[in-house]
Amino acid sequence: MSEQEVKNLEEIFEARIARDEKIEPKDWMPEKYRKTHIRQISQHAHSEIIGMLPEGNWITRAPSLRRKVALLAKVQDEAGHGLYLYSACETLGISRDELYEQLHSGKAKYSSIFNYPTVTWADMGAIGWLVDGAAIINQVPLCNTSYGPYARAMVRVCKEESFHQRQGFEIMLTLCNGSPEQKAMAQDALNRWWWPSLMMLGPTDAESVHTEQSMKWKLKRKTNDELRQQFIDQTVPQAELLGITVPDPDLKWNEETGHYDFGEIDWDEFWQVVKGHGPCNKERMSARVNAWNNGEWVRDAAIAHAEKKQNKKLKNVS
Amino acid sequence: MKNDLYNYILGIADNSLILGQRLGELCGHGPNLETDIALTNISLDLLGQTRSYFQYAATLVEGEKTEDDIAFMRTERDYKNVLLVEQPNTHFGFVIMRQFLFDVYHLQFMKKLQQSKDETLVAIANKGIKEVSYHERFSSDWVIRLGDGTDESREKMQEAVNGLWRYTNELFQLTEADKAMVSEGIAVDVSTLKDEYYAKVSEVLKEATLTIPDDNYFQKGGKEGIHTEHMGYLLADMQYMQRSYPNMKW
Amino acid sequence: MSKKKWPLWEVFVRSKNGLEHRHFGSLHAADAEMALENARDVYTRRSEGVSIWVVESSNITASNPADNGELFEPAQDKVYRHPTFYNLPDEVKHM
Repeated sequence: MSEQEVKNLEEIFEARIARDEKIEPKDWMPEKYRKTHIRQISQHAHSEIIGMLPEGNWITRAPSLRRKVALLAKVQDEAGHGLYLYSACETLGISRDELYEQLHSGKAKYSSIFNYPTVTWADMGAIGWLVDGAAIINQVPLCNTSYGPYARAMVRVCKEESFHQRQGFEIMLTLCNGSPEQKAMAQDALNRWWWPSLMMLGPTDAESVHTEQSMKWKLKRKTNDELRQQFIDQTVPQAELLGITVPDPDLKWNEETGHYDFGEIDWDEFWQVVKGHGPCNKERMSARVNAWNNGEWVRDAAIAHAEKKQNKKLKNVS
Repeated sequence: MKNDLYNYILGIADNSLILGQRLGELCGHGPNLETDIALTNISLDLLGQTRSYFQYAATLVEGEKTEDDIAFMRTERDYKNVLLVEQPNTHFGFVIMRQFLFDVYHLQFMKKLQQSKDETLVAIANKGIKEVSYHERFSSDWVIRLGDGTDESREKMQEAVNGLWRYTNELFQLTEADKAMVSEGIAVDVSTLKDEYYAKVSEVLKEATLTIPDDNYFQKGGKEGIHTEHMGYLLADMQYMQRSYPNMKW
Repeated sequence: MSKKKWPLWEVFVRSKNGLEHRHFGSLHAADAEMALENARDVYTRRSEGVSIWVVESSNITASNPADNGELFEPAQDKVYRHPTFYNLPDEVKHM
């Protein structure tokens, strides 16, 4: 294809997206579109499955049977969401195994928030409330993104995710209405998860490298800073309702802007965690790699068995 | 009679609770996402059954008791599950084999429980039997797949069946509470399930090209609350919150 | 040679009797039985279905979007296939 032809195709392609048409797997697409989508969708999928670990950490210790089944179902949903997203990614011509390879080798990124430890039961509340809250803000607009398989996966994810945040908030509410010890546990969890949750919405717009292109392809509808503001505005009143304090002395309602002003985010910490030096990066990665390596004989055996069965069938026919 | 019924229900429910707890350790650590999701479904079924049993049991004792009091606030000697279900997730082969050896029993048991004179137990069995039928199908398929897979997988499955076989016979022992409830027409006489159980298990193991252990030394004690050493750690984990923060709502 | 991996399967679910099977998504499985069980566990956790089909993705033949012109556009001007093409007086009922 000549350069001019590619350019024409690209123009037609961009015009389709601008008209809100969906792009489907077999449609022609610019290589950059394909690569950007593989990167974003797989990052999202990796975040789901790494995200199973900090919460999975508490399944065996959940304080009641009701909490245990809810948490188990939630972590299971995350596996499901990872699966939907890997499937969407595979329509772009890359296999799940290759994507795992990228994750295990450290080449692919995932949400840095999952590199923080879950040290008390209240962290199950805080994660559901704050981390899922931030995730929903990020995800809802993606139900309308330009790439059909991604948009469809996100519709399913968002539909299922709606119980996750409620589950987390209910845990917080129970703690805050409980004993002083329980309430202190809730406050401590908010103290530890608040700032990482704000960071989860991504670097500031000035630092964000992908924003403009992603907006055009509807991989993003709002900038990181807009999303962060939205998250803060909706979460602060919820903290007040719980009766616990957001750990930011500079947090203040601004009549003029109609938004909360907030303090400076420690971006050094963010980049440190992103670069692999958070409190649990190594543990998360080794848990994933171990699961994968320990499962190899199982996956191989299943294939070997399927082939034996197939051969038997063929023999019976002939 | 009420006390016997209470103990009888705990004997059934503890199997589901402890196996559900063991499976809960695995979520996120399985051979791939599909198996993680499948095993979690089994765990959720078992924990759901546990809750139904304990909610019923809670109505049979004096004073205020909840499902959680029964689930979390007993000491090790008061848990009546069979030794099989508390065995650790040594590797995926053990997980599948333990599941299979329990599921075959569990399905037979549920079928009989449907004929109990106790209406609540019948209702639980009517719901549970569909879940357990699927569990048995799932674990049988996997035993066959991994037994008749590669040389490595056959070795691992043989190791698992050799390791777990000695815990199977306990499934068919009757406790005092069992005997009392059998005579009332409430309990399942599990001793009558034995032949059918070993026939079914042998059939699947054979298809899986595995050798049926000819080991005749069986372990028992779980039903009397004398557990393997694994149990204490499982309970320490499971009871951690309730023990550290007694009398609180979660 | 790289090892053979679990192939990809497409999952179709009938959400209730009377409706057609609809494409729900995909998953990996070593064989058809496993694909069916995985589909049950992955895609019907919230009672989404009463019947499942699975088909190995590589068995699907798909049309090429590059052929969309010749495949689908010729139908666009055959307006006489639609009832609105025919003019009838309003007095004609039930037609």
